[in-house]
Amino acid sequence: MTEEHPIADSEERIFVAGQMQLMWWRFRKHRVAVVATLVVVAFYLVVLGADFLAYTNPNTTEAYRSLMPPQPIRFFDNGRFSPHVYAVTGERDMRTFKRVYVSHPDQKRPVRFFVRGYKYKFLGFIRTDRHLIGVEGATAAESIFLLGTDEKGRDVWSRIMVATRTSLTIGLVAVALSLVLGVLLGGISGFYGGPMDSAIQRLIEILRSIPTIPLWMGMAAAFPRDWSVEQIYFAITIVIALRGWTGLAREVRGRFLSLREEDFVTAADLAGCSRKRIIFRHMIPSFQSHIIAAATLSVPAMILAETALSYLGLGLRPPAISWGVMLQQVQNVEAVALSPWLLVSAVPVIVVTLAFNFMGDGLRDAADPYGV
Amino acid sequence: MQDDRQPILSVRNLKTSFFTDEGIVRAVDGASFDVHLGQTLGIVGESGCGKSVTALSILGIVPRPGRIVEGDILLRREPEDGQAHEIALTSLGDSSSEMRSIRGAEIALVFQEPMTSLSPVHTIGNQIIGAARLHRKLSKQEASELAVELLSLVGIPRAEAAIDSYPFQLSGGLRQRALIALALSCDPRLLIADEPTTALDVTTQAQILDLLRSLQEQNGMAIMLITHDMGVIAEMADQVVVMYLGRVVEEGPVDTVFGESKHPYTQSLLRSIPSIHSTPKVQLPTITGTIPHPYNRPAGCPFHPRCPDVIPGVCDKHEPELQSVGDEHLVSCFLYHPVPETSP
Amino acid sequence: MLAYAARRLVLAIFTLWTVTVLSFIIIQLPPGDFVDAYMAQLSATQSNVSEQHFESLRRQYALDRPMYVQYLKWMSGIFSGDFGTSMMWRKSVLDVIGDRLAMTMVLSLGAIILTWAVALPIGIYSAVRQYSIGDYVFTFIGFIGLGVPSFLLALVLMYFGFTLFDSDIGGLFSPEYQLEPWSWGKVKDLLYHLPLPAIIIGLSGTAELIRVMRANLLDELRKPYVITARAAGMSERTLVLKYPVRVALNPFASTVGYLLPYILSGSVIVSVVLGLPTLGPLLLGSLVAQDMFLAGTIVMMLGALTVIGTFLSDLLLMWIDPRIRFEMVQ
Ligand SMILES: Nc1ncnc2c1ncn2[C@@H]1O[C@H](COP(=O)(O)OP(=O)(O)OP(=O)(O)O)[C@@H](O)[C@H]1O
Ligand code: SF4
Ligand SMILES: [Mg+2]
Repeated sequence: MTEEHPIADSEERIFVAGQMQLMWWRFRKHRVAVVATLVVVAFYLVVLGADFLAYTNPNTTEAYRSLMPPQPIRFFDNGRFSPHVYAVTGERDMRTFKRVYVSHPDQKRPVRFFVRGYKYKFLGFIRTDRHLIGVEGATAAESIFLLGTDEKGRDVWSRIMVATRTSLTIGLVAVALSLVLGVLLGGISGFYGGPMDSAIQRLIEILRSIPTIPLWMGMAAAFPRDWSVEQIYFAITIVIALRGWTGLAREVRGRFLSLREEDFVTAADLAGCSRKRIIFRHMIPSFQSHIIAAATLSVPAMILAETALSYLGLGLRPPAISWGVMLQQVQNVEAVALSPWLLVSAVPVIVVTLAFNFMGDGLRDAADPYGV
Repeated sequence: MQDDRQPILSVRNLKTSFFTDEGIVRAVDGASFDVHLGQTLGIVGESGCGKSVTALSILGIVPRPGRIVEGDILLRREPEDGQAHEIALTSLGDSSSEMRSIRGAEIALVFQEPMTSLSPVHTIGNQIIGAARLHRKLSKQEASELAVELLSLVGIPRAEAAIDSYPFQLSGGLRQRALIALALSCDPRLLIADEPTTALDVTTQAQILDLLRSLQEQNGMAIMLITHDMGVIAEMADQVVVMYLGRVVEEGPVDTVFGESKHPYTQSLLRSIPSIHSTPKVQLPTITGTIPHPYNRPAGCPFHPRCPDVIPGVCDKHEPELQSVGDEHLVSCFLYHPVPETSP
Repeated sequence: MLAYAARRLVLAIFTLWTVTVLSFIIIQLPPGDFVDAYMAQLSATQSNVSEQHFESLRRQYALDRPMYVQYLKWMSGIFSGDFGTSMMWRKSVLDVIGDRLAMTMVLSLGAIILTWAVALPIGIYSAVRQYSIGDYVFTFIGFIGLGVPSFLLALVLMYFGFTLFDSDIGGLFSPEYQLEPWSWGKVKDLLYHLPLPAIIIGLSGTAELIRVMRANLLDELRKPYVITARAAGMSERTLVLKYPVRVALNPFASTVGYLLPYILSGSVIVSVVLGLPTLGPLLLGSLVAQDMFLAGTIVMMLGALTVIGTFLSDLLLMWIDPRIRFEMVQ
């Protein structure tokens, strides 16, 4: 009895390590998931510094520079490192009535760091007009357009930065709302069982058996035209969360059901702990890792929902900027074919969706190494 | 016991390991024993000591990431023209047609869990017929008649109806009987029964053991009975192999092993069976400590961290080997044979 | 068995009812009633419309009565084949929808069949050859499939179709057949155009189903009955196909229940991008124009399609799974 095996020691340590620590240890082993997490973090850094990373006011429209193709940055000038772009002038072709742009290699516009541009509040409270890059002292005509401009001559790069803020926070807010509903209803369902459980289960089944996009479209179409951007923003998160909670509720209920049978819950019950205490002190901590994984996996669906709605013109409306709003300009083949750079706003959608999926998958594996 | 007869199956120095991401699990680590026709060999040991893996190794169906790394498994066939025919199972490819023609036909397996050892969405009859027709040239009709016959042989009531039932419609005991019928479908000469009774209640357990014994009397097959229950061994086995952490620690005829057990592990296993002679209300002795983690087995004698008779400086440095201590009685323990001289 | 079927039927009917209520709510959501909107639209184009006409319309749709009467009125109309009038088209809703419902069904069915046909073998392969190169490749493609939203995929493919092959991949018919009545040639033309949108719509569902099949089969492959069959001397291929695949097929079949809403959802938005003659573009158009009877009817039809499809798949599941047939599962 008294012999100490080295193995017993390390088992002890694993036991003491706690849910989150264990999860982190296992998560680290999924290299793809770790990379995906870094990508997600990078995106949320963009959310924080969107205006800093933008260099032109994303809502400034200029008819004379509409649908300008991307301007490549040239890094060297006569063998010297000196990033610059060529000046571009546009003219309307009188036969096709399209604007054509000519770049002038003799007129170089140097690209500088931390230049002054439009005014904004960094992190929402620090007034500044510094931007990461830009053209020093640029008037609108002399600015740069890394990813070209859209129909109304707005800079695509700057708009993507600001759109990232909208689209990614919508995803988070919608998940937060779903999580509250899901944990509450799933918890009630799983903990109490009985008729309450049946009722909630049927509700979930019904909600899940209705095609989401038509339903969302129907609800979003009813948003009054005169609502402000903020009102529509929250209305959309609510519409999305009304369906989104069902998946999380199922997860929570499943966990509750399997936990109810576990020894430690029985033990706590026998020891006379109150129900509330059992739930919050014992049960929720023991499956919070699963909930984190499930919530992460449901973020992309929420982001895509907003993108799809806005793309169809039923979600956010200009002057709000989101990925979906930007994609609205490529509704048909002609638009895509003429100005393919407008498709770049699809890139962050795809990258973020993939990153969240990989990250969530890694989290799920880490939370439940023996599960599916 | 019967020296004049050759064993039907000989296992020599079998080593099977699982190569997992976390490390190598030496599930079986040098096991040797013989099985004779008409006799029952009992293999006993605590959970995780490699009993099931030994069975799977004999059949050549060790799942990935495991494989047999060393050792021989010899199967002897009936002497034809006065000459015994030997096949080294380890030299056959796991999925070779020769190996497959031995599996089920000559060596059959009744696996641990009656609840899940039959497919839940196929009828009992379907599964037995499928197995029988793998090795025997039978029409569907004949196979189905055979299935009914087998089911009544193993004592399933109303066998004609039972072949059309699904496993979930049968009780655990009946399911185990159906599984035995399936194993018998090709008249194997060796039946490996891996804990056939662990999941059953005591009465059913006794019935299944009776069934196995009477089947053996009828067709003279050899049985390799795997269990962790010394009581079952006492009742059923002719020969006993005691395993600890993938190794054979003691081996011999059942009376010898029970009567004059030598290895401290066997002794403690025996002490932990309740007997009608033990004083009531006195706690049964248990084996101290727990089974070491399979990834890092102790150096020296694998039992030394838990052994009451451990010889410090010897048992934790050297590995004992299985050596004879009497008539057919083999033990692997330094209490009974000298320590190797090459001490570090 | 009958009890199970009855339970599913009751649930299906209840869900169907919920769908009609939700559709009715959608019809009612925009401010003002249908006649107000109609009036606004008419007075924009025509100058003199009689008040009586509106009053009779109001009475016809019971707009002056409480909400539940309006609902009942709407429902009883539906039962007699009257789904209301589309004010955008000035035609009955059913006439506007025409064969778009059938087209939606054809497209969704195509997507489901494709999804299964692709997901089943790949799922089996990935499970049996777990951690092989092929498994990794399929898993990776599956992730992409899950990650790329179908309407973006449609856009991107359209761009490549346009730039690389100079062809318009949109639509379900070649221009010469578009307005033709149905004929054998038109059916062939449809079958020729169907696969691409079906693949686009089915892609993410396929990726999900591959994961489901792989995970189920991996679970099943670890079950003792596989060892039993293996120990009986069955060859690995026969064994895997006869037992674990068969068992794993059951949860696979039950995925129709969520595949269907998924695919119908996808068909709406992909149809908008590719301009397919299904319910999708019509729904969008009617919502933008606030043509609510049309929109509500379409939402209801899409919902009803999933409910009926799910019910059929429940029956299928009952037929293939003896455990349900004999009432052993829930
Ligand atoms: N598929 C596998 N992968 C890795 N390790 C395995 C695998 N199967 C068995 N093992 C290991 O091999 C060892 C022996 O297992 P085995 O199933 O033979 O034990 P057992 O003696 O039959 O125990 P029980 O009485 O519980 O059936 C165990 O330590 C187990 O962890
Ligand atoms: S060798 Fe030593 S440790 Fe091992 S069983 Fe014998 S006495 Fe005990
Ligand atoms: Mg075992």
